[in-house]
Amino acid sequence: MPTIVVEVMPKAELLDPQGKAVLGALTRLGQSQFSSVRVGKRFELTVDGEVTDAVLAEVKTLADEMLSNSVIEDVVGIHVVSTEPAGASV
Amino acid sequence: MRIGVVTFPGSLDDRDAQRAVRIAGAEPVALWHGTHDLDGVDAIVLPGGFSYGDYLRAGAIASHSPIMAEVIQAADRGVPVLGICNGFQMLTEAHLLPGGLIRNDHGSFICRDQRLRVENTSTDWTNGFTDRQEITIPLKNGEGGFIASTAELERLEGENHVVFRYLDVNPNGSLNDIAGITNARGNVVGLMPHPEHAVEPGFGPDTPDAMRSGVDGLTIFTSALEGLLARA
Repeated sequence: MPTIVVEVMPKAELLDPQGKAVLGALTRLGQSQFSSVRVGKRFELTVDGEVTDAVLAEVKTLADEMLSNSVIEDVVGIHVVSTEPAGASV
Repeated sequence: MRIGVVTFPGSLDDRDAQRAVRIAGAEPVALWHGTHDLDGVDAIVLPGGFSYGDYLRAGAIASHSPIMAEVIQAADRGVPVLGICNGFQMLTEAHLLPGGLIRNDHGSFICRDQRLRVENTSTDWTNGFTDRQEITIPLKNGEGGFIASTAELERLEGENHVVFRYLDVNPNGSLNDIAGITNARGNVVGLMPHPEHAVEPGFGPDTPDAMRSGVDGLTIFTSALEGLLARA
């Protein structure tokens, strides 16, 4: 079954307290080479059927209106991933 | 007068809000998120809590509940609507109020008795306060940082839509110390702190007079009631 992946990130200009906390933890582990961490979300929408242009357009709308909140987040990517069944050889 | 309190899966302060409505002198009406029935109430409270476990975004899934279609229509007709904490988050997600609420800037949940200044006393929920009155009510949130674009912030300030502002400390990183806002009509108000927890002596914040004697939150509910009675 095809899967549409939607990626959402907190807006670049906003403080991301979650990312800041992760950066703090990395620093405490001795990993000092990172200057910033931001944490976003990845949605995997498995489609029952074919991914048509109409389905993609609908996902784009849902991504903007429901899966993200444009006041605080940006949709940074929408793409279709492999339709290979699990375990299939690549 | 009948004031409805909507219960969502994960609401926590719905019964506290009902109690506040009762103490203010109105009849509380329990409403259920999964229906399309407002039961003819005269005003609506969206209570605090963690609807749907804050999944997706705080208030986001609840803002798409069946009853929210009726809440949005009622708000557009001028029915007073109050969103407290998670209810405020729902109002922004439902686009009844601008801006958004994000995780507290310090990353921790915070619970404290919070001093506020009432900046706008012309809304349906604040007309019983005096101008720039300072009040203390409990605050408890993990995602209470109010944010909006620079243009939206300027509009909120310029049109006097900021209703409550944090005093002494900014507990969550909210821009311009904003604790609560209203729509242009003044019937929809959202705030992060909890007025329903400061309505009865013995159960509110401490005051210089006595422990837990603070009842500053009650005026929010009596304001709505008196406004409704005046219009009836």
